[in-house]
Amino acid sequence: MEVNEIMYRIAKKQKLNATVTLMEIEAPLIAKKAEPGQFIILRVNEEGERIPLTVADFDRERGTVTIIFQIVGATTEKLNHLEEGDCLQDFVGPLGTPSHVEGLRKVAVVGGGVGCAIAYPIAKKLHQLGAEVHSIVGFRNEELVILEEQFREVSDRFVLMTDDGSCGEKGLVTNALQKLIDAGEQYDEVIAIGPLIMMKFVVRLTKQYNIKTVVSMNPIMIDGTGMCGGCRLTVGGKTKFACVDGPDFDGFEVDFDEAMARSSIYKPFERHAYEEACHLFEKEVR
Amino acid sequence: MPNMSLKKNEMPSQEPNVRNKNFSEVALGYTAEQAVDEANRCLNCKNRPCVGGCPVNIAIPDFIQEVQKGNFEEAYQIIAKSSSLPAVCGRVCPQESQCEAKCVRGIKGEPVAIGRLERFVADWHNDHSKEAPKRPAPLGRRVAIVGSGPSGLTCAGDLAKLGYDVTVFEALHTAGGVLVYGIPEFRLPKAIVQKEIDTLKELGVKVETNMVIGRVLSVDELLEDGFEAVFIGSGAGLPRFMNIPGENLKGVYSANEFLTRVNLMKSYRDNSDTPIQHAKKVAVVGGGNVAMDAARCAKRLGAEEVSIVYRRSEKELPARAEEVEHAKEEGIVFRLLHNPTKILGNEEGFVSGMECVEMELGEPDASGRRRPVEKAGSESILEADCVIMAIGTSPNPLIKTTTEGLETQKWGGIIVEEETGLTSRPAVYAGGDAVTGAATVILAMGAGKTAASAIHEYLQKKEK
Repeated sequence: MEVNEIMYRIAKKQKLNATVTLMEIEAPLIAKKAEPGQFIILRVNEEGERIPLTVADFDRERGTVTIIFQIVGATTEKLNHLEEGDCLQDFVGPLGTPSHVEGLRKVAVVGGGVGCAIAYPIAKKLHQLGAEVHSIVGFRNEELVILEEQFREVSDRFVLMTDDGSCGEKGLVTNALQKLIDAGEQYDEVIAIGPLIMMKFVVRLTKQYNIKTVVSMNPIMIDGTGMCGGCRLTVGGKTKFACVDGPDFDGFEVDFDEAMARSSIYKPFERHAYEEACHLFEKEVR
Repeated sequence: MPNMSLKKNEMPSQEPNVRNKNFSEVALGYTAEQAVDEANRCLNCKNRPCVGGCPVNIAIPDFIQEVQKGNFEEAYQIIAKSSSLPAVCGRVCPQESQCEAKCVRGIKGEPVAIGRLERFVADWHNDHSKEAPKRPAPLGRRVAIVGSGPSGLTCAGDLAKLGYDVTVFEALHTAGGVLVYGIPEFRLPKAIVQKEIDTLKELGVKVETNMVIGRVLSVDELLEDGFEAVFIGSGAGLPRFMNIPGENLKGVYSANEFLTRVNLMKSYRDNSDTPIQHAKKVAVVGGGNVAMDAARCAKRLGAEEVSIVYRRSEKELPARAEEVEHAKEEGIVFRLLHNPTKILGNEEGFVSGMECVEMELGEPDASGRRRPVEKAGSESILEADCVIMAIGTSPNPLIKTTTEGLETQKWGGIIVEEETGLTSRPAVYAGGDAVTGAATVILAMGAGKTAASAIHEYLQKKEK
């Protein structure tokens, strides 16, 4: 076990769309243990903040962990400026509790935007376990669509939705899910992963039909091991830590409004830091 | 001739109104003259009660004798025999309730300033000694340490000095545990912690950061991988909350989160990418050292008013007297005999205030302190845009839930044999806050020491 040799090298970088990037990171020990639903925490450089990203895929033989991230702030901007062969400062995991997928026979996997990166390995695992998988994925427009082929491969039914109808059907993922339910599809479970607002509305729909719904939460956190409590959310009236109790939770029980409020605490700071980072890179380019 | 002054040599310190705006160390340390003068207050008495007051049994009068003679390096070597982290202990040990509490000079007047002398000696060594510590002959036997806080580092240091091949696994990206994420720079500069860790590395200790034991590797896998014993010093990292309304509003932090952002992530510096709220009115709930640290950090981040809200009276404050004094000097307001009942928020979900009820002290409870009782109808509102909960922590359950057969108390503390630190699993030892719940740096170091000698004894008996 030569942990000393670990450098967290970027083995592969692939642009999935204008703002979403895939990276495969060399992290053999993590790759050996990771399961769908778990996450990692990384730092880009010595002054960098710790950001959590859900494991999008892993290759136990090659010893790599795949992450997919959207450029939303200073850290993801800096991360996106690294190239194949570069190394991350820190990469720790696998954290959180793996998704429970055993025993499910028919599942609707609902992914929204970059959340599809997390939904995909779960759909894949369900498919491998022999479950019937109906995938519904939603994006703002055609240019933002990611992982379409991958989803098709592991899905018995696949529905692509865009807000503007530029690709697939026009509308929201909830419209598609409603249609399938109306058509008589009966699911053991719905797994919804995407923006908080999307998960909130998926749950609002599935609650009417009492279809068990699991959501994956991705709040602000620092350590990812239960130490800071920054990732706390209210589930069933009780405070839970997303990093150790989750990130998967029973969607019926999650207080989404509180989670949405908490996710915005550093918005002004983030905007400022992001602009600074962009400005810095612009200067480098010139 | 001994120095018969009844008072300690005062510690040179930054002025309160200067230091409450910066993160540099508050205490500046003795000069060599002050150290020798203070050392001369030691009577070198026969009974040596101070040694018994030290959880790691440092030969206190012996090192002080060397300071008297100006042999600072010799003094250091005496301390180093018993303590792996002298520069740390000289700063954060509660000497007033340990070695100094037992000092004969304290019967009439102030005790010898043992802590300040320890600090001086350790700093002198770090500034002057270039010599790397001698590595003992390797035994070729591996021991794993889980957690790089005070108990883990002490255990690692003691075993390395005996020739064991020691690897320390740390979950965070920097080694040091609570010494780096919890205790602020102005009380314990991080360069000093780093220096102590570097010394351990020179002794041959390997430190692996970013390793969450229980996730990436289990304790059982460490044993299967060829580690012959494991010491668990994973600390008490899980923050407690009060379970009152409004605790999940924006601007409510656990002290752990607040201090980690400030200390480990350096969010007080401009070049750090980690954000922190720069609040105007901060309420810190709790009365321990962690509460004092959080309050003093908030003040340094520019808060206009920082208050400590504590449900008992000043006498019961669990923080060290020195920390309380420092906090007061820096302008921290103490709202004693007050207990929060509700945190209030504005339309955007940010904290706007905290409702508190007044308390009075009743009969003593199990802890021996008088139980605080609410005064009916005494609610008032404290204006605040940030609330920091510093009401204690519990052991992290990660190791417990991933190590079969590891017995724990109901509240999560790992159950060990007191004399050895041995857990319910053979070859697995534990110590520090993971066993006791939140306590002090030096008690954790004592536990690390105990476990190290027990592990040594166990491995000597066991065949390779």
